[in-house]
Amino acid sequence: MIYVKDLHKYFGKLEVLKGIDCHIGKGECVCVIGASGSGKSTFLRCLNLLETPTKGEIIIGGTNLMDKNLDVDDLRKRVGMVFQHFNLFPHLTILENVTLAPIRHKMYSEKEAREKAMELLNRVGVGDKADNYPAQLSGGQKQRVAIARSLALSPEVMLFDEPTSALDPEMVGEVLEVMKQLAQEGMTMVVVTHEMGFAKEVADRVLFMDGGVILEEGTPEQIFDHPKEDRTKEFLSKVL
Amino acid sequence: MEQLQSDIYQVFIEADRYKMFLDGLKVTIGVSIAAVLLGILLGMVLALMKMTEVRKGKKTIFSVVANIYIDIIRGTPTVVQLLIIYFLVFQTQMGMVAGIVTFGINSSAYVAEIIRAGIMAVDKGQMEAGRSLGLSYTETMRYIILPQAVKNILPALGNEFIVLIKETAILGYVAIQDLTKASDFIVSRTYIMFVPLIGCALIYYVLVKILTIGLNAFERRLRQSDIR
Repeated sequence: MIYVKDLHKYFGKLEVLKGIDCHIGKGECVCVIGASGSGKSTFLRCLNLLETPTKGEIIIGGTNLMDKNLDVDDLRKRVGMVFQHFNLFPHLTILENVTLAPIRHKMYSEKEAREKAMELLNRVGVGDKADNYPAQLSGGQKQRVAIARSLALSPEVMLFDEPTSALDPEMVGEVLEVMKQLAQEGMTMVVVTHEMGFAKEVADRVLFMDGGVILEEGTPEQIFDHPKEDRTKEFLSKVL
Repeated sequence: MEQLQSDIYQVFIEADRYKMFLDGLKVTIGVSIAAVLLGILLGMVLALMKMTEVRKGKKTIFSVVANIYIDIIRGTPTVVQLLIIYFLVFQTQMGMVAGIVTFGINSSAYVAEIIRAGIMAVDKGQMEAGRSLGLSYTETMRYIILPQAVKNILPALGNEFIVLIKETAILGYVAIQDLTKASDFIVSRTYIMFVPLIGCALIYYVLVKILTIGLNAFERRLRQSDIR
């Protein structure tokens, strides 16, 4: 589903990604862990071109992201993204937040888009808030709306950029629960997270990033119980 | 006291001079409204031209042109701009239009900065969220950024409108009978200074006051959507 080969990203002279290679299969849920500054968010943002890679190759579902003639907007419809700070549209109701993009893309009629949005909102448990505005929701509810908003475009891949880092501890669970459900339904997911419990329980594979490269990867058991690299051990000893 | 009463009579009532004030007021308001609309339109275009620099991460032809334009407009007196446009560009034809064009161009430079600042004040994540949903830059601007930017822009824009109304007092330079010119004319007719000048100032003051109250009310209504 996702192939990444020798991916490099520079911010000016600073090399943030120093050659990333990985392959993520369809239906796989991959968690990316690592210290801040290790490049995990940048890597994720390269996957829907919110950051333009400097060098390398990314292929998602047969589309080459480095292609000069790539329709970026079309790619982004197929690759959903959930942000740390939710980024809901504060001037629109919850329902409008979800229906805006599908209606603009003429994927559905307005009526169908609303029905589909309500279905998604009910699925993530905020159906009763459809006519409220984002400011009236708790952090956990906002993030679940953000997930529904991405799902409304029926993406092939979902990217999560530290989806629970901005939440109060008591709200982390409800968001992770929605993500877990999604993973079990077979969505291809790449999750940058500090929630080691989630990574252990839900991830099919865990990537440990350090200094702009993937230092170690494997099943959650391999990474958490039998890490090979000293750096991985050091990191895990600090966060677990 | 009696002197004042007869002055007021002479200035406003005699020979229907109040009509001159009214006509002048109409010109002032008309030019101001037309100019502010032109200014917002041009300012919007200039702001978007300037913003291409933010989007591309480097200077573009558009941003350079917009910057030079804004630089020149802000660096020269409005009166001089009015004289240049009336005498050189319009060749002393169509004074009103020349006035509207001058003040429109003049205020566009300031409005551009106001609009740009208002757009930049919207959280960066909003653009990212819009784009990540596959909306184009233009769609994201239109449906997500601008509706939020309006709240930031409106107070400063109201201020700009107020400044503009008072600036139009220089229209008399090119023989347009605005409010100031009208009172000036009446001074020269009646040899009374106090009443026409203070009257003129009062009319401007009331005009601006009404506008301020209206803008405040409008702003409050916009803010209401924040306190839910």
